[in-house]
Amino acid sequence: MITVVDSGGANIASVMFALERLDVAASLSVNADEIFNAERVILPGVGTAEAAMKQLQKLNLIECIQSLTQPVLGICLGMQLLFSYSEEGDVDMLDIIPGQVKHLKPASNKTIPHMGWNNVSVQFHPLLNEVPEESFFYFVHSYYAPECDYTIGTCNYDDPFSAIVAKDNFMGCQFHPERSGKVGAQILKNFTEIKL
Amino acid sequence: MLTKRIIPCLDVKDGRVVKGVQFRNHRDMGDILDLAQRYTDEGADELVFYDITASSDGRTVDKSWVRKVAQIIDIPFCVAGGIRNVDDARKILNDGADKISVNSPALERPDFITELANTFGRQCVVVGVDSRQENGNYIVYQYTGDETKTIKSKHETLTWVQRVQDLGAGEIVLNCMNQDGVRQGYDLNQLKAVREVLTVPLIASGGAGEENHFKDVFEKTGVDGALAASVFHSGQIPILDLKCYLKSQNIQVRL
Repeated sequence: MITVVDSGGANIASVMFALERLDVAASLSVNADEIFNAERVILPGVGTAEAAMKQLQKLNLIECIQSLTQPVLGICLGMQLLFSYSEEGDVDMLDIIPGQVKHLKPASNKTIPHMGWNNVSVQFHPLLNEVPEESFFYFVHSYYAPECDYTIGTCNYDDPFSAIVAKDNFMGCQFHPERSGKVGAQILKNFTEIKL
Repeated sequence: MLTKRIIPCLDVKDGRVVKGVQFRNHRDMGDILDLAQRYTDEGADELVFYDITASSDGRTVDKSWVRKVAQIIDIPFCVAGGIRNVDDARKILNDGADKISVNSPALERPDFITELANTFGRQCVVVGVDSRQENGNYIVYQYTGDETKTIKSKHETLTWVQRVQDLGAGEIVLNCMNQDGVRQGYDLNQLKAVREVLTVPLIASGGAGEENHFKDVFEKTGVDGALAASVFHSGQIPILDLKCYLKSQNIQVRL
């Protein structure tokens, strides 16, 4: 059973449908007790870091999420929220993974947002079982987490950045696994089976 | 490397996929869910659904198919047509669409783009622009879903797309009307001119008839994706074949 934090982001339906396609039971919640006692937690997120942090604050979920010990997967903005700070709105975030989220400023004439399918070089991690090296995933974002000690998948958009991160029980994908075809589904499946 | 996107466009009318030539004479092309699944399986990078009757009729259109599409496919998709306010957009995004695209309502009320971007984030907000070349200028047209209601707007395309980007659009689809449905290739000059004034992704629309038209548009204009309809619906260009061809021409695609 997966508990999806109902943070109001626009990708929540897509995440729920993706879990449905995997035959994984999932429910939406904003209740701190439910989330704390969940078997696994997904933190989706689309929108701005500032709005998302305000929403988590309003729902009294910040300490709850920080204290979780079961597997947690942040998706897109949900991954970024795991870091300490974001340039987007100059906001302090959950500080579960040390590091700053920065504005994408590619040196060449590339477009912003970074939108579309890009390849990711992956390291060994249970979240990435049976995910082929250099698989393509669907990205949509204007801010990024630089590579760090907790990066387990790296993507390039002029500069390398964290496409997948993991620290203890906390994992995150900058791309949208729920909209990344078969490899995206594989990552969600791995998450539902991961043993800590 | 970020790949170039191949985007089948499904024009939807009364819950079926249709296709017309230069926006006229719509023919039935099939069931929405069947085509959505087929294109996903064949390797499409994204799908766009345009409800072509909605904007010009001014009525609320049944969009119950959005949720069904979101349930079955695992690639991103965008819904366009008849989205006139933030609540219309919210319903479609809550039903599982990844992006919404607005066109005529943005021309009526440009601030609508900003409202959408502020509410959902600009990555969800696509603005469609129907543009026609006239006497050396590119002019934006409005209400193109219905030939009898189509009018020339007061905007020149190059200034309108920049304004749209400043107002909060996260992506722009430029439909070059002179080319639409006639399969003579994309409007390379116009797309190049528009690409040069934008920083957000630009999707080319109108004119694809052969595989090399896709190669040309990616090589010569720098667009981020290419949208087409009839060549995919008819089976004339299978998507997988197209992507293999593009890869052989050193254009980065997802295979």
